[in-house]
Amino acid sequence: MTPTRRKPPRVGDGPIIRRVLIGTTLFFGAILVLAPLIVIAVEAFSQGLKAYGATIAHPDTRHAIFMTVATALIAVPINTAFGLAAAWAITKFDFWGRRALLVVIEIPFSISPIVAGVAYLFVYGLQGLFGPMLEAADIKILFALPGIVLASMFVTAPFVARELIPLMQAQGRDLEEAATSLGASGWRTFFSVTLPNVKWALLYGVVLCNARVMGEFGAVSVVSGNIRGQTNTLPLHIELLYHDYQAAGAFAAASILATLAVVTIIAKVALERRGAGRRPAFAAAAKEQNAGTRP
Amino acid sequence: MKIRLDQVVKTFDTFRAVHGVSLEIESGQLVALLGPSGSGKTTILRMVAGLEYADGGHIYFGDQDATDIPVRDRGVGFVFQHYALFPHMTVAENIAFGMKVSKTRRSKTEIATRVLELLRLVRLEGLGDRFPGQISGGQRQRVALARALAVDPKVLLLDEPFGALDANVRRDLRRWLREIHDELGITTLFVTHDQEEALDLADQVVILNEGKIVQEGTPADVCRHPGSAFVMQFLGDVNKFPGVARDGFVFVGETATGIASTEDGPVDVLVRPRDVVWQKNGGGIPVDIERFLHRPDGLSVVGTTKDGVRVEFEIPEKAEPDLSRGAGISLRNAQVFRRGV
Repeated sequence: MTPTRRKPPRVGDGPIIRRVLIGTTLFFGAILVLAPLIVIAVEAFSQGLKAYGATIAHPDTRHAIFMTVATALIAVPINTAFGLAAAWAITKFDFWGRRALLVVIEIPFSISPIVAGVAYLFVYGLQGLFGPMLEAADIKILFALPGIVLASMFVTAPFVARELIPLMQAQGRDLEEAATSLGASGWRTFFSVTLPNVKWALLYGVVLCNARVMGEFGAVSVVSGNIRGQTNTLPLHIELLYHDYQAAGAFAAASILATLAVVTIIAKVALERRGAGRRPAFAAAAKEQNAGTRP
Repeated sequence: MKIRLDQVVKTFDTFRAVHGVSLEIESGQLVALLGPSGSGKTTILRMVAGLEYADGGHIYFGDQDATDIPVRDRGVGFVFQHYALFPHMTVAENIAFGMKVSKTRRSKTEIATRVLELLRLVRLEGLGDRFPGQISGGQRQRVALARALAVDPKVLLLDEPFGALDANVRRDLRRWLREIHDELGITTLFVTHDQEEALDLADQVVILNEGKIVQEGTPADVCRHPGSAFVMQFLGDVNKFPGVARDGFVFVGETATGIASTEDGPVDVLVRPRDVVWQKNGGGIPVDIERFLHRPDGLSVVGTTKDGVRVEFEIPEKAEPDLSRGAGISLRNAQVFRRGV
C-alpha cells in the first residue's frame, strides 16, 4: 500500500482561513440581518396575541396597509413599463442622448430619497411650480395618494431597467434583427423574442421594485404629510406609533412590513427555482451559440 | 432575383464604412464579398438586407428600387454569423417562426409540412424538438439556414456563415451550401474574410478594401490576374521584392529577373512561395538562408536577400541541401505592380 499523500491545498483553502471566513460571515449575518428580524417578531407579540391583533385591526393600521398596497399596485406596473421601455431603447437603438439617458436612470440610486421628496414639494406644492395651477384645477397631488405614488416611482425608477440593461446588452440585437428579417412586426418581435429571453431578469426587477416601493420612507414621508389614517403608508405609520411610545404597536406594524418583504424574497427565490430548470440552459445555449465551436 | 448596387455609401459617425460601391449580382449566382475586417463587407450585406440604411446611392432588387424598403418587407433571408437562433424555441419552432408571423396566412398543417421539408433539406430530420442549446454549432448553422429559407426569400444573405465553426465542419458545410444553392437556384450573397472559402464556394468574388471594391471576377480571374498588390497579398502568401524597371526589364537588386516591363520606374515584384525557384548552384537573386523548416511534402526555406527582404518558399527536397556554393532564387509567374499603386 502506498501511503496517501496529502494534496497541496488550493489557494485560500487553508482550514484556518476557511473557518475564519465562514465564522465571520455567519456572525455578521446573524447580528446584522437575522437578529433585528427576530426582535421584531418577539417584540410584536410581547404584549400578547390580543394586543397584536388589536394593533393590526386598528383602522389606522389597516388604512396604512391599504395605502402601501395601493401605492405598490400603481407604482410597480408603471415602473415596469418604464424600465422595459428604457432598457429596450438603450440597448436596441442608437440615438442622440442615449448615454445621457443611462445616467439619468441611475440618478434615483444616488440621490437621497428625502431630496426627491423635497423636490416634489417644490414642484407640486402650493408655493411650487405647478402648485397654484393644480390648486385651481382642484387636483390634489401632495399629501395624497398621487404624491406618494410619484415619490415612490422616482425612488424605484431604476430597478427594472437596471436588471434588464446588462442582460439585453449582452444579448445584442441579433435576435431582434433575425425576427424582423423573417417578417415579424415590432410588437411581435418584442413579445415572441425579446420578452421570453429577459423574463427572469424582468421578474427579479419587479420583485426588487415592489420591495422598495413598499418599504420607502424618506421621499414618501415628505410628500405624504403624515396624516394618520389618511396619507400614512406602513413605514410612516410604524414611525408614528413608535413616536407615540406604542413600541408593541410599532413592532406589530413592522412585522407586517417585514412579512411583506419576506414574502417578496420567497417569491423571488421561488421564481429563480422555477427558472433554474431552463435559465442555465438558456445561458449555456447563448454562450455556446456565441462560441459555436462544436462540430 | 438580380441585385444591383448603385454608388452606395454608408458612414458611421465620422467613419466612412462604404465609399460609393456599385455592384451587379446576376440572378441565381453565388457571390462572395471578401475582405479584411473593416473593409465594409458586412455593412454592404446589411444594407442589402435592410438592416442598415444606405446614406447614399440605391439598391435594386430586379427593377424595383429596394433602398427604402424596410427589412421586414424586403423578402431576404439573412443568416447571422452567430446564428441568432431563438433560444427559447425548438428547432422546428425556429424554422416555423417566419411563416407564423408572415402576412400571408398559412394553416398549421401547411407550416408543419414545410418545416419537415426544410429539416430534410438541411439534413436535420428528427431534431425538430431539440432546443438550439442541445445541438452542435454546425447543426445550428443549418437550422439558421432553414429558418431563413422558410419564408421563400428572393435573396439569401449570409454573414460569415462558417466563421464560428472549426475547420473540418467548415469544409463540409461549404460543400453542402454549394449543393443547396445549386438545388434552389436562389441568388446568394455571403461575406467572408477567408479567401479559401470565397474561392471554393463562389461563382463571383468581390474583393473589398477600406470600403471600396478593389477587384471582382470569377475565382479564376482574381487568382490568375490579380489587379493589385493588395489583392495578390490578400488571396494568399506572397514574397514581395522591391525592384526597379528599366530598359524594358525588371531588376531586383542588381539581378535581372527576365520579366519584361513596359514602363520604367520603381516596382514591387510579387511571387507565390511555390513560384520561387531554388537555384542549387547559385545564380539568380542571392539569398542568405536562415533556416529550413520541415514540412510533410518537403522543406520550407526562410531567408533574406541582400537588400534585407525576407523570403519564404518551398522546395521538394526532404534533406537540407548543401549551401557551400551559395544560394540563389529565380522567380516565375511573378506579378509586377508599380510601387504605390
